[in-house]
Amino acid sequence: MSITRKWTTYLLLIAATLVLMFPILYAFSISFMSGAEVLEGKIWPSSFSFENYRDAFEKVPLLHYLINSFAVSIFVMAGQLLVSSLAAFAFVFIKFKGRDAIFFLFISTMMIPWEATMVPNFLTAQKLGWINNYLGLTIPFFALAFGTFLLRQQFKTIPNELYEASQVAGISRFRFFWNVVLPVSKTSLVTLGVYSFLTTWNMYLWPLLVTNTEDVRTVQIGLKQMQTQEISTDWGVVMAAVVVVILPTLLLLFLGQKRLQKGLTQGAIK
Amino acid sequence: MSAVTKTANSPVSVSANSKEKKSMPTIIVGLAYLLPSLLLFSVFLFYPMIKTLYLSLFITDTQGNPLNFVGLQNFLYLFTDPNFLQSMKATFLFVLYTVPIGLVIALFLALIANEKLKGIGFFRTMFSSTMGMSVAASSVIWMFMYNPTIGVINKVLNLVGIHDVQWLLDPKYALVAVSISTIWMNIGFTFLILLGGLQNIDEKLYENARIAGVSYWYQLLKITLPMLSPTLFFIITVSFINAFQTFGQIDILTKGGPTDSTNVIVYSIYKDAFVNYNVGSASAQATILFFCILLVTALQFKLGERKVHYQ
Repeated sequence: MSITRKWTTYLLLIAATLVLMFPILYAFSISFMSGAEVLEGKIWPSSFSFENYRDAFEKVPLLHYLINSFAVSIFVMAGQLLVSSLAAFAFVFIKFKGRDAIFFLFISTMMIPWEATMVPNFLTAQKLGWINNYLGLTIPFFALAFGTFLLRQQFKTIPNELYEASQVAGISRFRFFWNVVLPVSKTSLVTLGVYSFLTTWNMYLWPLLVTNTEDVRTVQIGLKQMQTQEISTDWGVVMAAVVVVILPTLLLLFLGQKRLQKGLTQGAIK
Repeated sequence: MSAVTKTANSPVSVSANSKEKKSMPTIIVGLAYLLPSLLLFSVFLFYPMIKTLYLSLFITDTQGNPLNFVGLQNFLYLFTDPNFLQSMKATFLFVLYTVPIGLVIALFLALIANEKLKGIGFFRTMFSSTMGMSVAASSVIWMFMYNPTIGVINKVLNLVGIHDVQWLLDPKYALVAVSISTIWMNIGFTFLILLGGLQNIDEKLYENARIAGVSYWYQLLKITLPMLSPTLFFIITVSFINAFQTFGQIDILTKGGPTDSTNVIVYSIYKDAFVNYNVGSASAQATILFFCILLVTALQFKLGERKVHYQ
C-alpha cells in the first residue's frame, strides 16, 4: 500500500471515529457537568464531579432496575442457549421423517414480525399472570431461530463419525450432546450468549408493555421514565443514568466484537 | 460462505443399527429435542400471529374479545382513514430516509476498516460500538442533542447562521431528526455484518488484481461489490424489516407527533391497542405490517436471486 493511501485511510478512520463516537462521548461529558454548565450548552465540563451519578442512584431506584435487567438478560441468555442448542442438535444429528418440514417452520418464524403478535401476546401474559413478573419478561424469548441456525452451522463441523462411534460405544444421545457437542462448540455458544445478552439488555417495547411497577421494571424503561420526569431540569443526572446503562453492553461489545461479527455473518448468510 | 467440509456419510455399522431398534424411534427422540422450541414458537409466535389475523376481522371490546364479525371492514376503514394513511406515509418515508443512507455509510466504514493497517482493530471496535447502545439510551442522548436551546446540534448550526430549528417539534423536521438518530443507532450492526462479508472474500482475487495492476475503484466495482452481494442482499432485507419495526426512538423522541408526522406503523399499533383500546383496528394494522414484511422478504428473494453473485 502506498504511503499516501495509507495516511488517507488513517485520516478517514480517525475522522469517522470522531463523528460516530461523538454522541457517546458527549453523553459521558454531560454526565460530569453541573446543572448550570449543562444549561450553558458546554461541550466539556470544567471539573469532573460524580454528583450526577450519586443523584441518579438516589433519586430513582436505578440499582434495582439494573439488577432486574441483569437477572432478565442472564435468564434469557441461558434459556436461549439451552433451547437453541437442543434444537440445533436435532437438526444435525438426529435424522427423522419430517425434519426438513420442521426446519422450514423455523425459517418461517423469521418472517413474522414480533410486533405483529404483541397484542395477543400481551393478553396471554395477562392470563398467565405474567404482568410484572420475571417469567413474562423472559420465557417468551427462549426460542430463537437465529440462534438455532448459528449453532447448527457449528454442530455441522463435528464429524458424523464421532457421533456414530459414540452410538456404537453405547453412549446416550444426551450425553454425547452434553459432554461432546457443547464443549467443542464453546466459541459459538459464547458468541450467541453475547448476542442474547445484548439484545435482551436493550429490549424496549415488551418490557414497556408488561411492567408497570418498579418490581421487575428493567433499566431501559427506567431511563424512559427518568427522561420524561426530569426533562429540562436535570439532564446531567439523566446522562449519568444513560452512561450507567450503556457501560455493561459497551464493555461486552468491546470484548466480544470479533466473535460477534464472525457469528453474525455465519448465522446470517448460511 | 464458510467452508464447511461435508463429512462423507459412512454407512452406519450393523451394530449401531441393531441398537437403534431397541431404543425409542428416532422421530420421538428428535421431536423431544425440538419440543422446547416448537412449544415456545407455537405459544408466542404462531398462535398470536393467527389470533392477530383472526381479530383483524372483528370489532372487539377493550379487553380484545371479539364481539362481531365484520369481515374486511377494519381494513376498508383503515385505507380511508387519514390517520392511518399518514402513518403509512410516515413509515415509508422513514424506510426511505434510513435504509439507503445507513447502508452507504456502513459500507464506507466497512471498506476503510477492512484495510490491513496497524491498530485497525481499535477502529473496528469503535465503528461497531453503536450496536451496544440500547434504543432508549441512544434516544435520550439524541433528544438532548436536538434540544433547541442547549443541544449541540443547534449550537453548531448557529455558527453557520441557522437559528432555532425545532427539530422534534416541527412537523417538517421531526421525521428527519428521528431518521438521523436511527441511522446512527443502526450503523454498528450494519457495519459488523458488512465487515464480516468483506473478510470472507477470497484474498487471491485481490492478489490477481494487484498483479494486473487495476485501480482501487475498478477493484471495488468489479471484485468487492459483486463478491459482497450476498451480504448486501441480506443486510438490505434486514434493514428494511428493522425500519418497519421501529418503535423505541419514536416513543422517546416524539411520541408519534408532531401532528402524527412520525407516527410509524408499530407506534400506531401500540397506540390503538394500549391507549385507545381498539384491538380490532390494531390487529388489522398488525396484519398489514405482517404482509408488508412478507412482501419485502419475498420481493428481495425474487430480485436478489437473479442479481446476487453466490460464491
